[in-house]
Amino acid sequence: MSGHRLAAGGSGIDRTTPVRFSFAGKSLTGYAGDTLASALLANGVEIVARSFKYHRPRGVVSAGPEEPNALVSLGVGARSEPNTRATMVPLHDGLVAGGQNAWPSLRHDLMAVNGLAGGLIGAGFYYKTFIGGPRGTWTRFFEPMIRRAAGMGEAPTEPDPDRYESAHHFCDVLVIGGGPAGLMAAKAAAEAGARVLIADERDGFGGALRHERAAIDGRPAPHFAAALAAELATRGVQILPRTTVYGQYDGAFGAVERVVDGSNDPGPLPRQRHWTIRPREVILAAGAIERPIVFASNDRPGVMLADAMRAYVNQYGVAPGRRVAIFTTHDGAYRTVRDLAAAGVTVAAIIDARPDVPHAAKAVAEAAGAELLAGATVAAVGGGKRVETIVTTDGRRIAADALGVSAGFMPTLHLTAQLGGKPEWDAALSAFRPGALPTHWHVAGAVDGTFGTGEALASGARAGAAALTALGLAVPDTTLPETDDDLLADRPAPLFHVPGKGKAFVDMQHDVTAKDIALARDEGFEAVEHLKRYTTLGMATDQGKTSNLNGLALMAAHLSRPIPDVGTTRYRPPYTPVAIGALAGETTGAHLRPVRRTPMHDWHIANGAEMVAAGAYLRPRAYLRPGESVTTAYVREATAVREAVGLVDVSTLGKIEVAGPDAAAFLDRIYVNAWGKLPVGKARYGVMLREDGFVFDDGTTWRLAEHRYLMTTTTQNAAKVLAHLDYLLATAWPELRVHVTSVSEAYATMAVAGPLARATLAAVVDGIDLAADAFPMMAIRTGRIGAADVRIARLSFSGENAYEVFCGAHHGLGVWETILAAGAPHGIQPYGTEALGALRIEKGHVAGGELDGRTTLHDLGLEKLAAAKPFVGSVLMNRPALCAPERLRLVGLRADGNAPIRTGAHLVGPSGRSEGHVTASTYSPVLGAQIALALLANGPARHGERLVAADPVRGGETPVIVTPYRHVDPEGSRLHG
Amino acid sequence: MLIPCPHCGPREVSEFTYIGDATKVRPAPDASADAWSDFVHARRNPRGRHAEHWQHTAGCRAIVRVTRDTVTHAVYGASLAGPWGEGEAR
Amino acid sequence: MRFSAAALVRGALTGNRDWPRQWRAAAPKPTYDAIIVGGGGHGLATAYYLAKEHGLTDIAVVEKGWIGGGNVGRNTTIVRSNYRLPQNAAFYELSMKLWEGLSRDLNYNVMFSQRGVLNLAHTPAQLDAYAARGNAMRFEGIDAELLDRDAVTAMVPHLDTSPSARFPIVGGLLQPRAGTARHDAVAWGYARGADRLGVDIVENAEVTGFLREGDRIVGVATSRGEIRAPKVGVAVAGSTSQVMALAGLDDLPIESHVLQAFVSEPLKPIIDTVVTLGAGHLYISQSDKGGLVFGGDIDGYNSYAQRGNLPIVRDVAALATAMFPNISRVRLLRQWGGIMDMSMDGSPIITKGPIDGLYLNAGWCYGGFKATPASGFCFAHTIARDTPHPQNAAFTLDRFRTGRVIDEAGTGPVPQLH
Repeated sequence: MSGHRLAAGGSGIDRTTPVRFSFAGKSLTGYAGDTLASALLANGVEIVARSFKYHRPRGVVSAGPEEPNALVSLGVGARSEPNTRATMVPLHDGLVAGGQNAWPSLRHDLMAVNGLAGGLIGAGFYYKTFIGGPRGTWTRFFEPMIRRAAGMGEAPTEPDPDRYESAHHFCDVLVIGGGPAGLMAAKAAAEAGARVLIADERDGFGGALRHERAAIDGRPAPHFAAALAAELATRGVQILPRTTVYGQYDGAFGAVERVVDGSNDPGPLPRQRHWTIRPREVILAAGAIERPIVFASNDRPGVMLADAMRAYVNQYGVAPGRRVAIFTTHDGAYRTVRDLAAAGVTVAAIIDARPDVPHAAKAVAEAAGAELLAGATVAAVGGGKRVETIVTTDGRRIAADALGVSAGFMPTLHLTAQLGGKPEWDAALSAFRPGALPTHWHVAGAVDGTFGTGEALASGARAGAAALTALGLAVPDTTLPETDDDLLADRPAPLFHVPGKGKAFVDMQHDVTAKDIALARDEGFEAVEHLKRYTTLGMATDQGKTSNLNGLALMAAHLSRPIPDVGTTRYRPPYTPVAIGALAGETTGAHLRPVRRTPMHDWHIANGAEMVAAGAYLRPRAYLRPGESVTTAYVREATAVREAVGLVDVSTLGKIEVAGPDAAAFLDRIYVNAWGKLPVGKARYGVMLREDGFVFDDGTTWRLAEHRYLMTTTTQNAAKVLAHLDYLLATAWPELRVHVTSVSEAYATMAVAGPLARATLAAVVDGIDLAADAFPMMAIRTGRIGAADVRIARLSFSGENAYEVFCGAHHGLGVWETILAAGAPHGIQPYGTEALGALRIEKGHVAGGELDGRTTLHDLGLEKLAAAKPFVGSVLMNRPALCAPERLRLVGLRADGNAPIRTGAHLVGPSGRSEGHVTASTYSPVLGAQIALALLANGPARHGERLVAADPVRGGETPVIVTPYRHVDPEGSRLHG
Repeated sequence: MLIPCPHCGPREVSEFTYIGDATKVRPAPDASADAWSDFVHARRNPRGRHAEHWQHTAGCRAIVRVTRDTVTHAVYGASLAGPWGEGEAR
Repeated sequence: MRFSAAALVRGALTGNRDWPRQWRAAAPKPTYDAIIVGGGGHGLATAYYLAKEHGLTDIAVVEKGWIGGGNVGRNTTIVRSNYRLPQNAAFYELSMKLWEGLSRDLNYNVMFSQRGVLNLAHTPAQLDAYAARGNAMRFEGIDAELLDRDAVTAMVPHLDTSPSARFPIVGGLLQPRAGTARHDAVAWGYARGADRLGVDIVENAEVTGFLREGDRIVGVATSRGEIRAPKVGVAVAGSTSQVMALAGLDDLPIESHVLQAFVSEPLKPIIDTVVTLGAGHLYISQSDKGGLVFGGDIDGYNSYAQRGNLPIVRDVAALATAMFPNISRVRLLRQWGGIMDMSMDGSPIITKGPIDGLYLNAGWCYGGFKATPASGFCFAHTIARDTPHPQNAAFTLDRFRTGRVIDEAGTGPVPQLH
């Protein structure tokens, strides 16, 4: 191929603005307005890529999104992008692109040796070999070779430095595609006052008009398109160039706008913007894709789509070669002949499969001085790395350096079919058209099978009117611009494959040949999905845009069945590949999920807390002093609680206000225990079950007033419990006069625990008598700490005398610091979740490890809590399987020695089998021993038994003794401390 | 999918949390374990029109009874669950 | 024709003109010894093992469309047996052992690639939970290793293991023998294997009803005519509720939900193992073709649509780029959905009954693909001997009533949470 820049012409380029770029290490120059593909052609670059399997040399085939071959690696380092279609990359100064999937170079790729083994590595060859050998031969030996050879480009190895963002748009009419049909549709809709969004995947509007030579309303077509787009902008139409509407979902379209794609310095702008568009009416005017023909060596650089050649000549001023031949089945390709000739490019021959070529087309051939071979087909292309000769079926050899091929156009109907719409076969077009459209859908232009500028404009106006009618808006009068169309592509002779010798490619990128289709037929892979999956037809990055139909047609011919009987594979989003970063938008990295912080969060950080995730919250694990490990820190903290006083932030607990005259009755149905007799000013521990009788959650609930309760839940289940209550109130017991409200974030909550807790609080609390008899266990009082109103309940999770202090969230830090100051003389220490865990394990209180969704009341030793009344789960919890003694049930463990018992270790007896597992473990400072909680088969009957806590994944076995789960102070005497 | 919340109007599905089949009838508190197990576990799982409970979690928190097609995902209508709704969802 | 490198050479020398059909296009006979409804992975595997292990070769597999068109061809191809509960671990380990010999057994390269499955842990408590799971696996004779953060960093380059990550990685649970397989090849390999043992694979035959004699099921009515057999096994995944309703059973503990999967454009090797996030639902691997394969959460509502919606797509992308910040510029090539038969406890059902002559295989949730060999093996055993294999004895339909549920996730009877 001898692509070159023409001396003149190129409606889309600015010859006064040269653009420097490099490809495969070579510095090259193009013009503003070029795509990378047009600039490469202009510079005579022939081999742009290597194919997936055979590593065949490949050049540019198309001028649009359907490009199967010209995939390059764009950019360098963190901003590199593999597998980028050169036809869709606007050229910019400093652009760096390279070949991929080739070694040592695109021109000389050693992997091309694969091509010689073509007979060995046809479709599905890998299913038939690499079966034997010792175990692991495939994974260790054959597979790595295949993996290295496969793949295409290389992913960046550094984090993406660019930003992405998300936008939502609601409109009356979404127009997809900014060619003549789309522009006219948008104009009609906008004139009627509809809110319109028009998107086009290219960097400018006009579609096919951008490379059209014919005049519209007396103006050059590209000018007409630009003026129309400008007019739309003045009418308030949202115009999105470089925006691909890639998918249709239920009620929404996904689109990606390439805002400053390709820049090394996007400044404050995002690289790409993801749009979620919710239109009322949709007009698809996405055009059509030209269909190539399958013949031997049809993948040689220089074989291009005929209309793409026209785009290169007219829009970019680039000739695809010096002696060009055309192979076609319809009049439309004669436009290419005419435009090539007008640009001064020699058209060597036109091979037209139709025996009778219409007069108008003949006239074009004559005027171009091109030999017309009617009723002829191309059997093969000669030349090693580029087109040198064209060989016809009847043996003619024609010298040429490029071949334009066109068998007609296939409507770009992808979006109509993503929700399951079935395309319909149009025999006249030899292509599928959109079948029955989803509601609120309209199609216009080539998608609808209309060709020619005038028809496209008219079709767009009709679709616009239809959308307006559907919206109930008046349809304005539209005057259609004057056009002069001829040589339409609307009735191609049906031709898909020319038999011949040599590899004839159906799917160029995946190297699927006509032989592979025949092999698939022979082996029974006839169903269209089997064909696709067995040969990988249409599964490359171009999703078979130029190849699927030819593959179907070949299979249909083998089966002697009509093409539509073979069917199409399902169209899946995205229409063209979408950057994962664009889909993620701004919600990635540290912004992946919001972080919830308690009111004391910053204090924790400033005071050495090592934080740990608890749901969306971050909580202090322990407050590390210089030189301390988490273990030494929590032992110190827990010791402080047992010996003096500690303070812990428990603001993450779920808090739900339950109010109304039937609140007590409601709690009776929610919790296993009874609530009727709980007096105002008292709190009670409660356990709730799921409907299926397993334990769901636990916590204390406080009776604040006659009809008002404050329920606390575990941190993990706060949202689930609220939803559970909402649901039951709405559906099961709507008659209950109760409402529930989350107040989790309204309160800061902290627990003051230890023998000196009372003394600490006494120094700062106003309005509450803290004396033991005046403020008994489970009682609730209100008073003040400094400026803050507080509600205090005397509750204990640690087993020490303790008080939970609630205050308004904005007072949290103040109250926290006030209590710390008051406790300073007593040696108060803040403590984190590790010490909290140590204390509760000592006391045998259940938490996350025991509330694993598989345990029952009976398993946890809580069966005595259940009152004789109906409650959620009360029937199913009594099923024998849920009460069986052999179930895994809660016990304590004490290490026989000093080695820690690891959480997650399994308990093993003489049988050598796992009989349970450790759910939580700690060093107990007060006992001076390693202790744990565990779920053990038939546990309560095994107190005193010696077992081993085995931890094979971390190594180590700890001899343990089974104990009751209350390790410390089983009588609860310390509570009264 | 847009769900027409009776309080908030049509809202995107991501604002809602799916709860499940709305056709199951809660047994009496003293019903048999089998009746309760059926309520908890057995589902007709229809292909096509389905009545379901959703909660407008990121909105008004209403429990909504939605009629929806499980094949096309068309949403036919939604009403408040329980006696506050307008009977069978449209 | 036996597949081998030599066979490929012979094929190449003869222009690849002599490859026979991989399975016959069988027309249904009026009667068989057994009928398997559903030509997916599980149905085909069941037929294969009925023929191979139990000598029952007069079998028809009846498929509504084309074989392998359901979840066996729509999944993320992950194979693992890293389960916590002993019933699941033992069953999936049986499957793992069958996988390890499958290519040779079937004379079909299913590309079972033991590249490991690594579950990331983000808090010490989560790592402890993985230790509990890993230890449970070890006690079932399954390989499991607990990795610390450094080992994870060394094993998976490009993973964001920095402490500043939103969910910092503290370690992970690795099953080295786990990995991936070529999903379509599994369906085709079992089909070819079953066909060679005499099984009829009947495509384009939709079951429209069950034939009964008294209280027994004695065959099926199909769009290609009535077919009789004393034993009818149903293995139709997402369509279980519809097919079983034809037998009058319309209240199974199953809901159908859509699970999406995604693949990127092909890349040179960059991720060598299967990695799953522990905060949020995401798993990533790289196929032999080079595509990054992603899976996430189910969309979360009953669906038969085989396609998903944007919120899940975008969430998966967000999780993926947070995990691997270098893949943000890589492009997503294709997305699709499969219909999962989500059971009420997240574990499967492989059982005789509940009607005489009928056998049920369902409730696969996320686990269907990796289960294929063991599912077929155990279902075949159950059908042939009218008694379960030890490895599927717990997977009864009755367990929901009795309370002997197998709730791996501990989320209770809420299908969308398993």
